[in-house]
Amino acid sequence: MLSPADIATLWLTFKVAGISTLFMLLFGTPLAWWLARTESRWKGICNAVVALPLVLPPTVLGFYLLVLMGPAGVIGKFTTWLGLGTLPFTFAGLVVASVLYSLPFVVQPLQTAFAMIGARPLEAAATLRASPFDTFFSIVVPLAKPGFLTAAILGFAHTVGEFGVVLMVGGNIPDKTRVVSVQIYNHVEALEYSEAHWLAGCLLLFSFSVLLVLYTALKTHPVAHQSLK
Amino acid sequence: MAFKITSFFLWALYLISASSLCNAETTLVAVASNFTKPMTEIAEAFKKTTGHSANLAFGSSGKFVSQLENGGPFEVFLSADASNPIKLEQSGLAVAGSRFTYAIGKLVLWSNKTGYVDERGQILATGGFKHLALADPKLAPYGAAAMEVIRNMKLLDTLQPLFVLGENIAQTYQFISTGNAELGFIALSQIIDNGRIASGSGWIVPNNLHIPILQDVILLKKGAENPAAPALLKFLTSPEAQAIIRKYGYDIAG
Repeated sequence: MLSPADIATLWLTFKVAGISTLFMLLFGTPLAWWLARTESRWKGICNAVVALPLVLPPTVLGFYLLVLMGPAGVIGKFTTWLGLGTLPFTFAGLVVASVLYSLPFVVQPLQTAFAMIGARPLEAAATLRASPFDTFFSIVVPLAKPGFLTAAILGFAHTVGEFGVVLMVGGNIPDKTRVVSVQIYNHVEALEYSEAHWLAGCLLLFSFSVLLVLYTALKTHPVAHQSLK
Repeated sequence: MAFKITSFFLWALYLISASSLCNAETTLVAVASNFTKPMTEIAEAFKKTTGHSANLAFGSSGKFVSQLENGGPFEVFLSADASNPIKLEQSGLAVAGSRFTYAIGKLVLWSNKTGYVDERGQILATGGFKHLALADPKLAPYGAAAMEVIRNMKLLDTLQPLFVLGENIAQTYQFISTGNAELGFIALSQIIDNGRIASGSGWIVPNNLHIPILQDVILLKKGAENPAAPALLKFLTSPEAQAIIRKYGYDIAG
Protein backbone atom coordinates (compact mmCIF):
# COMPACT_ATOMS: atom_id res chain seq x y z
CA MET A 1 0.00 0.00 0.00
CA LEU A 2 0.96 3.66 -0.12
CA SER A 3 3.09 4.89 2.78
CA PRO A 4 2.67 8.43 4.17
CA ALA A 5 5.92 9.32 2.37
CA ASP A 6 4.43 8.11 -0.92
CA ILE A 7 1.26 10.14 -0.37
CA ALA A 8 3.39 13.21 0.39
CA THR A 9 5.12 12.83 -2.98
CA LEU A 10 1.74 12.56 -4.77
CA TRP A 11 0.48 15.71 -3.05
CA LEU A 12 3.68 17.60 -3.83
CA THR A 13 3.54 16.50 -7.47
CA PHE A 14 0.01 17.85 -7.93
CA LYS A 15 1.02 21.08 -6.22
CA VAL A 16 3.99 21.57 -8.56
CA ALA A 17 1.91 20.63 -11.61
CA GLY A 18 -1.02 22.89 -10.63
CA ILE A 19 1.10 25.97 -9.97
CA SER A 20 3.24 25.35 -13.06
CA THR A 21 0.12 25.05 -15.23
CA LEU A 22 -1.16 28.41 -13.98
CA PHE A 23 2.14 30.08 -14.87
CA MET A 24 2.28 28.32 -18.23
CA LEU A 25 -1.20 29.60 -19.15
CA LEU A 26 -0.21 33.07 -17.96
CA PHE A 27 2.96 33.22 -20.09
CA GLY A 28 1.82 30.85 -22.81
CA THR A 29 -1.37 32.68 -23.80
CA PRO A 30 0.22 35.98 -24.95
CA LEU A 31 3.10 34.05 -26.50
CA ALA A 32 0.78 31.73 -28.43
CA TRP A 33 -1.38 34.69 -29.49
CA TRP A 34 1.63 36.53 -30.84
CA LEU A 35 2.93 33.40 -32.59
CA ALA A 36 -0.47 32.76 -34.18
CA ARG A 37 -0.90 36.31 -35.49
CA THR A 38 2.56 37.65 -36.24
CA GLU A 39 4.21 37.95 -39.65
CA SER A 40 7.53 38.78 -38.00
CA ARG A 41 10.69 37.09 -39.24
CA TRP A 42 11.42 36.10 -35.63
CA LYS A 43 8.40 33.79 -35.67
CA GLY A 44 10.36 30.77 -36.87
CA ILE A 45 13.08 31.20 -34.26
CA CYS A 46 10.52 31.69 -31.47
CA ASN A 47 8.58 28.59 -32.54
CA ALA A 48 11.79 26.57 -32.55
CA VAL A 49 12.87 27.82 -29.10
CA VAL A 50 9.47 27.01 -27.58
CA ALA A 51 9.59 23.49 -29.06
CA LEU A 52 13.18 22.80 -27.90
CA PRO A 53 12.23 21.02 -24.64
CA LEU A 54 10.46 18.41 -26.80
CA VAL A 55 13.78 17.50 -28.38
CA LEU A 56 16.28 17.94 -25.56
CA PRO A 57 16.67 14.94 -23.27
CA PRO A 58 15.24 16.02 -19.88
CA THR A 59 18.44 15.26 -17.96
CA VAL A 60 20.34 17.51 -20.38
CA LEU A 61 17.83 20.32 -19.89
CA GLY A 62 18.01 19.66 -16.12
CA PHE A 63 21.78 19.82 -16.12
CA TYR A 64 21.84 23.18 -17.92
CA LEU A 65 19.19 24.56 -15.59
CA LEU A 66 21.33 23.39 -12.66
CA VAL A 67 24.29 25.29 -14.11
CA LEU A 68 22.27 28.41 -15.09
CA MET A 69 20.37 28.64 -11.79
CA GLY A 70 23.45 27.86 -9.68
CA PRO A 71 25.56 30.52 -7.91
CA ALA A 72 27.83 30.92 -10.97
CA GLY A 73 24.99 30.94 -13.52
CA VAL A 74 23.21 33.91 -15.09
CA ILE A 75 19.82 33.12 -13.54
CA GLY A 76 21.44 32.25 -10.22
CA LYS A 77 23.26 35.59 -10.08
CA PHE A 78 20.02 37.41 -10.90
CA THR A 79 17.95 35.61 -8.24
CA THR A 80 20.71 36.17 -5.68
CA TRP A 81 20.75 39.87 -6.59
CA LEU A 82 16.98 39.93 -6.03
CA GLY A 83 17.62 38.47 -2.57
CA LEU A 84 15.91 35.16 -3.38
CA GLY A 85 19.02 33.00 -3.19
CA THR A 86 19.59 30.29 -5.76
CA LEU A 87 16.73 28.19 -7.12
CA PRO A 88 17.98 24.57 -7.27
CA PHE A 89 16.74 22.34 -4.43
CA THR A 90 13.72 24.60 -3.80
CA PHE A 91 10.03 24.30 -4.62
CA ALA A 92 10.22 27.52 -6.66
CA GLY A 93 13.13 26.11 -8.66
CA LEU A 94 11.07 23.05 -9.45
CA VAL A 95 8.20 25.23 -10.71
CA VAL A 96 10.56 27.29 -12.92
CA ALA A 97 12.06 24.12 -14.40
CA SER A 98 8.63 22.57 -14.96
CA VAL A 99 7.30 25.68 -16.70
CA LEU A 100 10.21 25.69 -19.15
CA TYR A 101 9.98 21.95 -19.67
CA SER A 102 6.22 21.70 -20.32
CA LEU A 103 5.66 25.04 -22.06
CA PRO A 104 5.42 23.58 -25.60
CA PHE A 105 2.49 21.43 -24.46
CA VAL A 106 0.61 24.60 -23.54
CA VAL A 107 1.74 26.97 -26.29
CA GLN A 108 1.17 24.65 -29.24
CA PRO A 109 -2.52 23.76 -28.67
CA LEU A 110 -3.25 27.44 -27.90
CA GLN A 111 -1.42 28.60 -31.01
CA THR A 112 -3.38 26.16 -33.18
CA ALA A 113 -6.67 27.17 -31.57
CA PHE A 114 -5.91 30.89 -32.10
CA ALA A 115 -4.84 30.33 -35.70
CA MET A 116 -8.05 28.45 -36.48
CA ILE A 117 -10.20 31.36 -35.40
CA GLY A 118 -8.86 33.32 -38.36
CA ALA A 119 -8.95 37.05 -39.02
CA ARG A 120 -12.65 37.44 -39.88
CA PRO A 121 -14.24 37.36 -36.40
CA LEU A 122 -11.57 39.81 -35.21
CA GLU A 123 -12.20 42.17 -38.13
CA ALA A 124 -15.93 41.96 -37.48
CA ALA A 125 -15.34 42.86 -33.85
CA ALA A 126 -13.09 45.77 -34.88
CA THR A 127 -15.78 47.19 -37.18
CA LEU A 128 -18.06 47.16 -34.14
CA ARG A 129 -15.42 49.26 -32.35
CA ALA A 130 -14.44 46.58 -29.87
CA SER A 131 -11.04 47.28 -28.30
CA PRO A 132 -8.33 44.60 -28.79
CA PHE A 133 -8.70 43.56 -25.14
CA ASP A 134 -12.46 43.34 -25.43
CA THR A 135 -12.09 41.32 -28.64
CA PHE A 136 -9.66 38.95 -26.98
CA PHE A 137 -11.83 38.23 -23.96
CA SER A 138 -15.26 38.31 -25.65
CA ILE A 139 -14.40 36.61 -28.96
CA VAL A 140 -11.08 34.78 -28.83
CA VAL A 141 -11.27 33.17 -25.38
CA PRO A 142 -14.75 31.61 -25.87
CA LEU A 143 -13.85 30.40 -29.37
CA ALA A 144 -10.53 28.97 -28.21
CA LYS A 145 -11.96 27.35 -25.08
CA PRO A 146 -11.19 23.80 -26.22
CA GLY A 147 -7.62 24.92 -26.95
CA PHE A 148 -7.29 26.26 -23.41
CA LEU A 149 -8.67 23.00 -22.04
CA THR A 150 -6.23 20.91 -24.06
CA ALA A 151 -3.32 23.17 -23.12
CA ALA A 152 -4.10 23.08 -19.40
CA ILE A 153 -4.60 19.34 -19.25
CA LEU A 154 -1.58 18.46 -21.34
CA GLY A 155 0.64 20.93 -19.45
CA PHE A 156 -0.55 19.55 -16.11
CA ALA A 157 -0.24 15.90 -17.09
CA HIS A 158 3.19 16.37 -18.64
CA THR A 159 4.47 18.08 -15.49
CA VAL A 160 3.13 15.24 -13.34
CA GLY A 161 5.10 12.76 -15.44
CA GLU A 162 8.38 14.69 -15.57
CA PHE A 163 11.40 12.95 -14.16
CA GLY A 164 14.78 13.81 -15.64
CA VAL A 165 14.55 17.52 -15.00
CA VAL A 166 13.41 17.28 -11.37
CA LEU A 167 16.00 14.64 -10.68
CA MET A 168 18.71 17.07 -11.70
CA VAL A 169 17.34 20.28 -10.23
CA GLY A 170 15.45 18.97 -7.19
CA GLY A 171 17.88 17.19 -4.91
CA ASN A 172 15.25 14.68 -3.75
CA ILE A 173 14.21 16.56 -0.59
CA PRO A 174 11.08 15.17 1.16
CA ASP A 175 8.06 17.52 0.99
CA LYS A 176 10.06 20.06 -1.04
CA THR A 177 11.29 18.48 -4.25
CA ARG A 178 10.66 14.73 -3.98
CA VAL A 179 7.93 14.20 -6.56
CA VAL A 180 6.14 10.98 -7.37
CA SER A 181 8.19 9.99 -10.44
CA VAL A 182 11.43 10.28 -8.44
CA GLN A 183 9.90 8.27 -5.61
CA ILE A 184 8.90 5.47 -8.00
CA TYR A 185 12.39 5.47 -9.44
CA ASN A 186 13.89 5.26 -5.93
CA HIS A 187 11.62 2.33 -5.06
CA VAL A 188 12.69 0.48 -8.21
CA GLU A 189 16.37 1.21 -7.60
CA ALA A 190 16.04 -0.09 -4.04
CA LEU A 191 14.28 -3.19 -5.46
CA GLU A 192 11.10 -2.33 -3.50
CA TYR A 193 8.93 -3.46 -6.36
CA SER A 194 5.55 -3.69 -4.58
CA GLU A 195 5.79 -0.07 -3.35
CA ALA A 196 6.82 0.96 -6.86
CA HIS A 197 3.88 -0.92 -8.40
CA TRP A 198 1.36 0.75 -6.09
CA LEU A 199 2.63 4.22 -6.79
CA ALA A 200 3.05 3.61 -10.51
CA GLY A 201 -0.49 2.20 -10.57
CA CYS A 202 -1.84 5.42 -9.06
CA LEU A 203 0.06 7.49 -11.61
CA LEU A 204 -1.14 5.32 -14.48
CA LEU A 205 -4.76 5.53 -13.34
CA PHE A 206 -4.43 9.29 -13.05
CA SER A 207 -2.90 9.76 -16.48
CA PHE A 208 -5.49 7.52 -18.09
CA SER A 209 -8.37 9.42 -16.46
CA VAL A 210 -6.95 12.76 -17.57
CA LEU A 211 -6.62 11.65 -21.18
CA LEU A 212 -10.04 10.01 -21.12
CA VAL A 213 -11.67 13.20 -19.84
CA LEU A 214 -9.77 15.21 -22.44
CA TYR A 215 -10.77 13.11 -25.39
CA THR A 216 -14.40 12.68 -24.29
CA ALA A 217 -14.76 16.42 -23.73
CA LEU A 218 -13.17 17.23 -27.08
CA LYS A 219 -15.41 14.92 -29.06
CA THR A 220 -18.18 17.48 -28.66
CA HIS A 221 -15.87 20.28 -29.87
CA PRO A 222 -15.09 19.80 -33.57
CA VAL A 223 -12.65 22.71 -33.62
CA ALA A 224 -10.49 21.38 -30.82
CA HIS A 225 -10.73 17.90 -32.21
CA GLN A 226 -9.14 19.24 -35.35
CA SER A 227 -6.39 20.93 -33.39
CA LEU A 228 -5.35 17.69 -31.71
CA LYS A 229 -4.89 15.90 -35.00
CA MET B 1 24.62 1.49 -52.29
CA ALA B 2 23.68 -2.20 -52.48
CA PHE B 3 27.28 -2.98 -53.26
CA LYS B 4 28.43 -1.01 -50.23
CA ILE B 5 26.07 -2.88 -47.92
CA THR B 6 27.15 -6.25 -49.33
CA SER B 7 30.80 -5.44 -48.94
CA PHE B 8 30.14 -4.23 -45.40
CA PHE B 9 28.55 -7.55 -44.52
CA LEU B 10 31.43 -9.42 -46.11
CA TRP B 11 33.84 -7.43 -44.01
CA ALA B 12 31.79 -8.08 -40.87
CA LEU B 13 31.74 -11.80 -41.64
CA TYR B 14 35.47 -11.76 -42.22
CA LEU B 15 36.10 -9.97 -38.92
CA ILE B 16 33.86 -12.33 -36.97
CA SER B 17 35.49 -15.45 -38.45
CA ALA B 18 38.97 -13.98 -38.04
CA SER B 19 38.39 -13.26 -34.37
CA SER B 20 37.02 -16.74 -33.67
CA LEU B 21 39.99 -18.32 -35.41
CA CYS B 22 42.51 -16.89 -32.97
CA ASN B 23 40.32 -17.73 -29.92
CA ALA B 24 39.82 -14.11 -28.92
CA GLU B 25 36.35 -13.72 -27.48
CA THR B 26 34.28 -10.74 -26.43
CA THR B 27 32.55 -10.59 -23.10
CA LEU B 28 29.71 -8.26 -22.18
CA VAL B 29 30.37 -6.58 -18.85
CA ALA B 30 28.04 -4.57 -16.58
CA VAL B 31 30.08 -1.95 -14.72
CA ALA B 32 28.95 0.33 -11.88
CA SER B 33 29.20 3.90 -13.18
CA ASN B 34 31.66 4.98 -10.48
CA PHE B 35 34.18 2.55 -11.99
CA THR B 36 33.85 3.89 -15.55
CA LYS B 37 37.30 5.43 -15.93
CA PRO B 38 39.46 2.69 -14.35
CA MET B 39 37.48 -0.04 -16.11
CA THR B 40 37.92 1.56 -19.52
CA GLU B 41 41.66 1.55 -18.94
CA ILE B 42 41.62 -1.99 -17.56
CA ALA B 43 39.68 -3.21 -20.61
CA GLU B 44 42.40 -1.80 -22.88
CA ALA B 45 45.12 -3.54 -20.89
CA PHE B 46 43.02 -6.73 -20.86
CA LYS B 47 42.82 -6.69 -24.63
CA LYS B 48 46.56 -6.13 -24.99
CA THR B 49 47.49 -8.90 -22.56
CA THR B 50 44.96 -11.62 -23.36
CA GLY B 51 43.60 -10.72 -26.79
CA HIS B 52 40.04 -10.94 -25.45
CA SER B 53 37.81 -7.88 -25.55
CA ALA B 54 35.51 -6.59 -22.84
CA ASN B 55 32.42 -4.76 -24.03
CA LEU B 56 31.49 -2.38 -21.20
CA ALA B 57 28.02 -1.16 -20.22
CA PHE B 58 27.89 1.46 -17.47
CA GLY B 59 24.99 2.03 -15.11
CA SER B 60 23.75 1.79 -11.55
CA SER B 61 24.23 -1.51 -9.76
CA GLY B 62 20.58 -1.77 -8.71
CA LYS B 63 19.42 -1.31 -12.28
CA PHE B 64 21.78 -4.01 -13.51
CA VAL B 65 20.34 -6.43 -10.94
CA SER B 66 16.79 -5.76 -12.19
CA GLN B 67 17.96 -6.23 -15.77
CA LEU B 68 19.78 -9.47 -14.95
CA GLU B 69 16.73 -10.81 -13.11
CA ASN B 70 14.81 -10.21 -16.31
CA GLY B 71 17.19 -11.91 -18.70
CA GLY B 72 19.88 -9.23 -19.10
CA PRO B 73 22.69 -10.49 -21.36
CA PHE B 74 25.68 -9.54 -19.14
CA GLU B 75 28.40 -12.08 -18.38
CA VAL B 76 30.42 -10.25 -15.73
CA PHE B 77 29.11 -7.77 -13.17
CA LEU B 78 31.32 -5.21 -11.42
CA SER B 79 29.08 -3.83 -8.72
CA ALA B 80 29.50 -0.69 -6.63
CA ASP B 81 28.78 -2.74 -3.52
CA ALA B 82 28.84 -6.27 -2.16
CA SER B 83 25.13 -6.79 -1.52
CA ASN B 84 23.96 -6.72 -5.14
CA PRO B 85 26.35 -9.51 -6.26
CA ILE B 86 25.36 -11.52 -3.17
CA LYS B 87 21.73 -11.14 -4.23
CA LEU B 88 22.56 -12.55 -7.67
CA GLU B 89 24.49 -15.40 -6.05
CA GLN B 90 21.47 -16.29 -3.93
CA SER B 91 19.03 -16.15 -6.83
CA GLY B 92 21.23 -18.58 -8.77
CA LEU B 93 22.03 -16.18 -11.62
CA ALA B 94 25.73 -16.04 -10.80
CA VAL B 95 28.41 -18.70 -10.54
CA ALA B 96 28.75 -19.59 -6.85
CA GLY B 97 32.17 -18.89 -5.38
CA SER B 98 33.25 -16.53 -8.16
CA ARG B 99 32.66 -13.35 -6.17
CA PHE B 100 35.53 -11.25 -4.75
CA THR B 101 36.30 -7.64 -3.83
CA TYR B 102 38.08 -5.90 -6.70
CA ALA B 103 38.24 -2.43 -5.16
CA ILE B 104 37.53 -0.60 -1.92
CA GLY B 105 36.05 2.85 -2.32
CA LYS B 106 37.33 5.91 -0.49
CA LEU B 107 34.87 8.51 0.70
CA VAL B 108 35.77 12.20 0.51
CA LEU B 109 34.09 15.37 1.77
CA TRP B 110 34.62 17.79 -1.08
CA SER B 111 33.95 21.40 -2.09
CA ASN B 112 34.74 23.09 -5.41
CA LYS B 113 36.15 26.06 -3.43
CA THR B 114 39.82 25.90 -2.48
CA GLY B 115 40.51 26.08 1.24
CA TYR B 116 36.85 25.51 2.16
CA VAL B 117 37.02 21.96 3.51
CA ASP B 118 39.72 21.59 6.19
CA GLU B 119 41.88 18.51 6.55
CA ARG B 120 39.94 17.08 9.48
CA GLY B 121 36.40 17.76 8.32
CA GLN B 122 35.77 20.26 11.13
CA ILE B 123 33.59 22.30 8.82
CA LEU B 124 30.77 19.78 9.33
CA ALA B 125 30.58 20.86 12.97
CA THR B 126 31.26 24.57 12.39
CA GLY B 127 28.62 24.87 9.69
CA GLY B 128 28.03 28.03 7.68
CA PHE B 129 26.73 26.21 4.59
CA LYS B 130 23.19 25.84 3.28
CA HIS B 131 23.41 22.51 1.47
CA LEU B 132 25.28 19.29 2.11
CA ALA B 133 25.12 16.92 -0.85
CA LEU B 134 25.27 13.16 -0.57
CA ALA B 135 24.09 10.23 -2.62
CA ASP B 136 20.79 8.71 -1.50
CA PRO B 137 21.83 6.43 1.40
CA LYS B 138 19.07 3.98 0.47
CA LEU B 139 20.46 3.48 -3.04
CA ALA B 140 24.16 4.25 -3.07
CA PRO B 141 26.88 2.69 -0.89
CA TYR B 142 28.76 6.01 -0.77
CA GLY B 143 25.60 7.67 0.53
CA ALA B 144 25.20 5.02 3.22
CA ALA B 145 28.84 5.47 4.22
CA ALA B 146 28.37 9.25 4.38
CA MET B 147 25.37 8.76 6.70
CA GLU B 148 27.52 6.60 8.97
CA VAL B 149 30.23 9.26 9.14
CA ILE B 150 27.65 11.91 10.05
CA ARG B 151 26.13 9.63 12.70
CA ASN B 152 29.55 8.79 14.12
CA MET B 153 30.35 12.50 14.36
CA LYS B 154 26.99 12.95 16.15
CA LEU B 155 25.91 15.62 13.67
CA LEU B 156 22.82 13.96 12.15
CA ASP B 157 20.29 16.29 13.79
CA THR B 158 22.03 19.49 12.71
CA LEU B 159 22.97 18.32 9.21
CA GLN B 160 19.87 16.40 8.09
CA PRO B 161 17.86 19.55 7.23
CA LEU B 162 20.69 20.59 4.89
CA PHE B 163 20.77 17.35 2.90
CA VAL B 164 20.35 17.34 -0.85
CA LEU B 165 20.34 13.82 -2.20
CA GLY B 166 21.82 12.83 -5.52
CA GLU B 167 20.44 9.75 -7.17
CA ASN B 168 24.00 8.47 -7.46
CA ILE B 169 27.47 9.87 -6.79
CA ALA B 170 27.78 11.26 -10.31
CA GLN B 171 24.77 13.48 -9.74
CA THR B 172 25.99 14.35 -6.24
CA TYR B 173 29.26 15.47 -7.81
CA GLN B 174 27.31 17.74 -10.22
CA PHE B 175 25.45 19.35 -7.32
CA ILE B 176 28.78 20.27 -5.71
CA SER B 177 30.85 21.07 -8.80
CA THR B 178 28.21 23.56 -10.04
CA GLY B 179 28.36 25.24 -6.62
CA ASN B 180 24.68 24.62 -5.87
CA ALA B 181 25.72 22.66 -2.81
CA GLU B 182 28.71 24.16 -0.97
CA LEU B 183 30.10 20.73 -0.11
CA GLY B 184 29.22 17.07 -0.03
CA PHE B 185 30.32 13.46 0.18
CA ILE B 186 31.49 11.78 -3.01
CA ALA B 187 34.04 9.16 -4.08
CA LEU B 188 37.71 10.06 -4.15
CA SER B 189 37.87 8.39 -7.57
CA GLN B 190 35.69 11.17 -9.01
CA ILE B 191 38.10 14.01 -8.25
CA ILE B 192 41.50 12.34 -8.23
CA ASP B 193 44.13 13.17 -10.81
CA ASN B 194 47.64 11.76 -10.58
CA GLY B 195 47.04 10.67 -6.99
CA ARG B 196 45.94 14.14 -5.79
CA ILE B 197 42.62 15.93 -5.40
CA ALA B 198 42.54 17.79 -8.69
CA SER B 199 40.55 20.90 -7.72
CA GLY B 200 38.73 22.52 -4.82
CA SER B 201 39.33 21.21 -1.31
CA GLY B 202 38.59 17.90 0.32
CA TRP B 203 38.88 15.71 3.38
CA ILE B 204 39.54 12.03 2.74
CA VAL B 205 37.39 10.44 5.43
CA PRO B 206 39.35 7.98 7.63
CA ASN B 207 38.28 4.35 7.21
CA ASN B 208 37.38 3.96 10.89
CA LEU B 209 34.41 6.36 10.54
CA HIS B 210 32.45 4.00 8.29
CA ILE B 211 32.37 0.35 7.28
CA PRO B 212 34.49 -0.22 4.17
CA ILE B 213 32.85 0.38 0.80
CA LEU B 214 33.54 -3.00 -0.80
CA GLN B 215 33.00 -3.24 -4.53
CA ASP B 216 32.55 -6.84 -5.60
CA VAL B 217 32.73 -8.51 -8.99
CA ILE B 218 30.90 -11.71 -9.88
CA LEU B 219 30.80 -14.09 -12.84
CA LEU B 220 27.28 -14.60 -14.15
CA LYS B 221 26.06 -17.95 -15.39
CA LYS B 222 25.66 -16.51 -18.88
CA GLY B 223 29.43 -15.97 -18.97
CA ALA B 224 30.50 -19.36 -17.63
CA GLU B 225 30.93 -20.82 -21.12
CA ASN B 226 32.76 -17.82 -22.57
CA PRO B 227 36.53 -18.03 -21.84
CA ALA B 228 36.83 -14.23 -21.95
CA ALA B 229 34.56 -13.78 -18.90
CA PRO B 230 36.56 -15.75 -16.29
CA ALA B 231 39.73 -14.37 -17.89
CA LEU B 232 38.55 -10.85 -17.09
CA LEU B 233 37.91 -11.77 -13.45
CA LYS B 234 41.40 -13.21 -13.23
CA PHE B 235 42.88 -10.15 -14.92
CA LEU B 236 41.31 -7.88 -12.27
CA THR B 237 43.64 -9.42 -9.66
CA SER B 238 46.77 -8.91 -11.78
CA PRO B 239 49.35 -6.32 -10.63
CA GLU B 240 48.73 -4.40 -13.84
CA ALA B 241 44.99 -4.03 -13.19
CA GLN B 242 45.53 -3.30 -9.50
CA ALA B 243 47.94 -0.48 -10.31
CA ILE B 244 45.20 1.10 -12.46
CA ILE B 245 42.62 0.63 -9.70
CA ARG B 246 44.92 2.31 -7.13
CA LYS B 247 45.71 5.17 -9.50
CA TYR B 248 42.01 6.06 -9.58
CA GLY B 249 41.73 6.43 -5.81
CA TYR B 250 40.61 2.98 -4.71
CA ASP B 251 42.18 0.57 -2.23
CA ILE B 252 42.78 -3.10 -2.93
CA ALA B 253 41.51 -5.78 -0.56
CA GLY B 254 44.00 -7.81 1.50
